[in-house]
Amino acid sequence: MTDDSGHSGFHYSEQDVQREVTELESRSTTAARIFDLRRIIGGLFVLYGVIVTITGITDSQAEIDKAQGININLWTGIGMLLLGVFFLVWLWLRPVPPAEEAGR
Amino acid sequence: MLNYRVQNPTDAPVSPTSLAAGLRLPTNGLDYAILAIYFAVVLGIGFAARRSVRTSLDFFLSGRSLPAWITGLAFISANLAATEILGMAANSAQYGAYTVHWYWIGAIPAMVFLGLVMMPFYYGSKVRSVPEMLLLRFDRAAHLLSSILFAFAAVLIAGVNLYALAIVVEALLGWPQWVAIVVAGAFVLAYITLGGLSSAIYNEVLQFFVILAALIPLSVLGLKKVGGWDGLVDRLTATHGHNFTTAWGGTGIGSANPLGANWLTIVVGLGFVLSFGYWTTNFAEVQRALSAKNLSAAQRTPLIAAYPKIFIVFLVMIPGLVAAALVPNIGRSGSGLQYNDAIPYLMSQLLPNGVLGIAVTGLLAAFMAGMAANVSSFNTVFTTDIWAKYVVRGREDAYYVRFGRLITVIGVCASIGTAFLASSFSNIMSYLQTLFSFFNVPMFVVFVVGMFWKRASAKSGFWGLLAGTVTAMVNYFVLYRKGVIGIPTDQGANFVSAIAGFVAGAVVMVIVSLFTAPKPEAELEGLVYGTRSPGMAEPPAPGDEAWYRRPALLGWGAVILAALCYIPFSF
Repeated sequence: MTDDSGHSGFHYSEQDVQREVTELESRSTTAARIFDLRRIIGGLFVLYGVIVTITGITDSQAEIDKAQGININLWTGIGMLLLGVFFLVWLWLRPVPPAEEAGR
Repeated sequence: MLNYRVQNPTDAPVSPTSLAAGLRLPTNGLDYAILAIYFAVVLGIGFAARRSVRTSLDFFLSGRSLPAWITGLAFISANLAATEILGMAANSAQYGAYTVHWYWIGAIPAMVFLGLVMMPFYYGSKVRSVPEMLLLRFDRAAHLLSSILFAFAAVLIAGVNLYALAIVVEALLGWPQWVAIVVAGAFVLAYITLGGLSSAIYNEVLQFFVILAALIPLSVLGLKKVGGWDGLVDRLTATHGHNFTTAWGGTGIGSANPLGANWLTIVVGLGFVLSFGYWTTNFAEVQRALSAKNLSAAQRTPLIAAYPKIFIVFLVMIPGLVAAALVPNIGRSGSGLQYNDAIPYLMSQLLPNGVLGIAVTGLLAAFMAGMAANVSSFNTVFTTDIWAKYVVRGREDAYYVRFGRLITVIGVCASIGTAFLASSFSNIMSYLQTLFSFFNVPMFVVFVVGMFWKRASAKSGFWGLLAGTVTAMVNYFVLYRKGVIGIPTDQGANFVSAIAGFVAGAVVMVIVSLFTAPKPEAELEGLVYGTRSPGMAEPPAPGDEAWYRRPALLGWGAVILAALCYIPFSF
């Protein structure tokens, strides 16, 4: 048996992969154009947090009783709100370095 | 009917189950509004990510440019599909605290090994997929076999996810099954076709937080209901015995336990073979790490994921145990509930509108993310490994981006077809799932032997892959199912089959290597342990020397933490 990695004259070596991927990396636009996910997570969780917190504040005793006497909407809402605020504050304190934004 | 316990192949189907009727949730307009907002955001991410796609590398690997926290959370999220969440809660309701093994020994060591040992080879060699690594290390036969098997398995699992979603949505919300299948399939199709892997990963990260927001309140209320952790243990000890709340009780070799496995098969079968196979060679997972922006971030991807993985077990185990305490005969006739119903049951009993909407959203998000992880890895393997190497070679890059989008549409349609097929031929489907659950084991043996033994020849990869797959399947479907060897449960048989497949694959690789020519040393640079590829020479990015970003510290920290977690469950 021989150690040929192909029959139709196609030989794919690590150098080929390196060359091909490096070339694609140089033309890649993801780093430059992708939006910051922290803004989306922050926005969604602040919105969810507000909705669920308000639900908690207006919950009737029956709903609180169903949840074992805990106002679970209030607590979950506050937790989600804090998570959303955390992501927005992180985004505000550490925006994407300008080097990555400038590549377009 | 299908069992959910399929997403993670370390977890084979146990018994055919379905959701019990009468679990309809009291959802209202508020809950649906929360769900609708989520669906809008999912689509928005797809549209917004679209402009970042220019090359095939952008579409299939996010241009290898994402930060570690995003790839790390996507890595855990791709595993945290709804089949895993519902299935592991079911596992806990059935087997008790043994569930921790799937996390602490069945995931953490493998994730750390991937980050510390294997990632330099994966990322440094710049391969775009796991099969491509086999092409470089072995030959086209091993490459083509693994690519085709992976592509089939990915579509199948995506379809099973869709079908499981349809059953759950039908039971909880009352939607007809076909509506759920088509709606969820269409959303996944839209956001992956638009934004490629970036939008799949971004949605996975979002899903991670939504699922936490769903499971944490459920676990807290569940514990409150049964009188805290002590109350839970007391009730379960009274109804299920002491071993039910321990990790190792009753796992001595020869002693009987509900899992049907002993400590040796747990450690070797689950902890080593199955878990390393799943976490280190399943492309749906590894792809997330390959999309990281540099080697340091790629190494940290599974390590960052390991920390949530250690603690997520509590969020799935506690609801399962609480359900077992509240309904001691759950899973047996007369209770009206299947093991799979543990989480939906607690949702209907404990959550008021509002949090209920979050929980429903989290479940649906988890189903969609599980499907999307498979679709986004399928389109990559099909395009870069099958189409671009064997069918249409040497076209311009834009062609492969277009083809990637087309094959995403075809893949999703095939999954939808699979889901409909599953709803009418569920026995065949669960058989196929078990079949593919063994596929990662021989992949892993071929990888480790090829990585640590440079003498392993080019031909040995294909034969090792084939021998390992066939042996695992023969052991499971012939020896176990026909009763030739006596193993008490499917889970136990799964562990033993994995060990058999691993050993057979390794032995065949050694034999074939001894009779065939070794690969020239020059072609092994950066593919075998002890060598370096040119791509690994890149200097670390600024800030990556910080102590909390050092892979070794993160990795060993996770292993030690997982070991410490075992202590309270060991007595």
